[in-house]
Amino acid sequence: MGLLSKKDTKLILDPLADNNPITIQVLGICSALAITAQLKASIVMSISVLFVLGVGNVVISLIRNIIPSKIRIIVQLTVVAALVIIVDLVLKAFAYELSKELSVFVGLIITNCIIMGRFEAFALGNGPWRSFLDGIGNAAGYGVILIIVGFFRELLGSGTLMGVKVLGDPIEKTGLYGFGYENNGFMLLSPMALIVVGLIIWVQRSRNKALIED
Amino acid sequence: MSTNTESNKYTILFAIGMVVIVGSLLAFTASSLAPNIDENKRLEKQQNILYAMGVNENEGSSANFVSTEKAPELFKQYITEQIVIQGGNITTSNDAYLIDVKKQQSNAKAGLDRKLPLFIGEKEGQKYYIAPILGKGLWDAIWAYVAMDENMVIQGAYFDHKGETPGLGANIKERFFMDDFIGEHLLDNGTFKGITVSKSNADPKNIDKTDYEVDAIAGATITGDGVAAMIKSELKLYLPYFKSLNN
Repeated sequence: MGLLSKKDTKLILDPLADNNPITIQVLGICSALAITAQLKASIVMSISVLFVLGVGNVVISLIRNIIPSKIRIIVQLTVVAALVIIVDLVLKAFAYELSKELSVFVGLIITNCIIMGRFEAFALGNGPWRSFLDGIGNAAGYGVILIIVGFFRELLGSGTLMGVKVLGDPIEKTGLYGFGYENNGFMLLSPMALIVVGLIIWVQRSRNKALIED
Repeated sequence: MSTNTESNKYTILFAIGMVVIVGSLLAFTASSLAPNIDENKRLEKQQNILYAMGVNENEGSSANFVSTEKAPELFKQYITEQIVIQGGNITTSNDAYLIDVKKQQSNAKAGLDRKLPLFIGEKEGQKYYIAPILGKGLWDAIWAYVAMDENMVIQGAYFDHKGETPGLGANIKERFFMDDFIGEHLLDNGTFKGITVSKSNADPKNIDKTDYEVDAIAGATITGDGVAAMIKSELKLYLPYFKSLNN
């Protein structure tokens, strides 16, 4: 037996595929649309959510028995907002460059429905360690989809990956562009993120029929 | 011990307790980190101003500032004079770069005389006049430091934004956009024309420097329009000063 029991491993691995927060639970679509035009932004967002969801789940789990259920949503919101603001302030003070890159995401993290969803569905009813694993697992599942979508949107929309021109130069007409290839500017617009997510959902459900709801 | 967590009294007490704890935690963090954050912002301004006049560590296609450690020293070395233009008066001040442009804009709206800071730098015998400007993008504020020569020909520019869309509007701070401005003319025989960020630009490689146009970024129309509007309204304010230079 390793560090994690079978049940714990399932907590981490399930959200990566068969219980993915984006493609199966259909949470966090809004931020998946907003920031996946670039691969780098997708990766940064994934790491931020990993942190906030991991820590937030533990905090909520620790205070789950003293939260009055009438105002639990407000309490959850306060916890996320406080966490995100503190992280933002600390970054601004000690890692200013990084904080400038991240500032766009701060608002998006607070309103990310995956975070509220996991607090509500898991952390309120489970212990801190399991909540932590659940948070990490779901954030990773979210991150995987974000990175896949970001990869295709940046590659097909701008012809770059992480800002590097991998397909040649569209103005100098080198590389693929020399053969008449054009960037698809449409890929940079938000609706295309939905279409890419839709394609992922389609592939995933056609491979695993058990996921299809009636 | 069992408390009834569903009673109204408990709920209200919990809410009050939570607000007090979270509020003081945030206030404490914010105030204890404030000096560090202000210092970072001050250094960033120096880095931005130096960047606009070409004192930077650009590598390949990415924009790199001089390091924060070196910034204060280089700032002293290259920026020879900082002036504040208010009404018709010009005063010098070593802290002109700390002037809050946003506050000055709202002063102007309230009918007060606006302070216009301008930083004069000298590098390799050439003089640079660097103006800080501020405008609106799609989501939030955008701003820039624009370095010009005495004829208002742009010598360098640094753009930044608070919250433009990553991958689209946020690209105004990428070199492929900022470098397009270098060499562009703002004046047409002494009248101020500004620069349009144009979608139908017949000059994507930006060879023609007197067309008063730079190439727009696909998918960032409103941010681009914001940049053009900011240049037109803000840099125009400096025109009288540049005219007085040439007389």
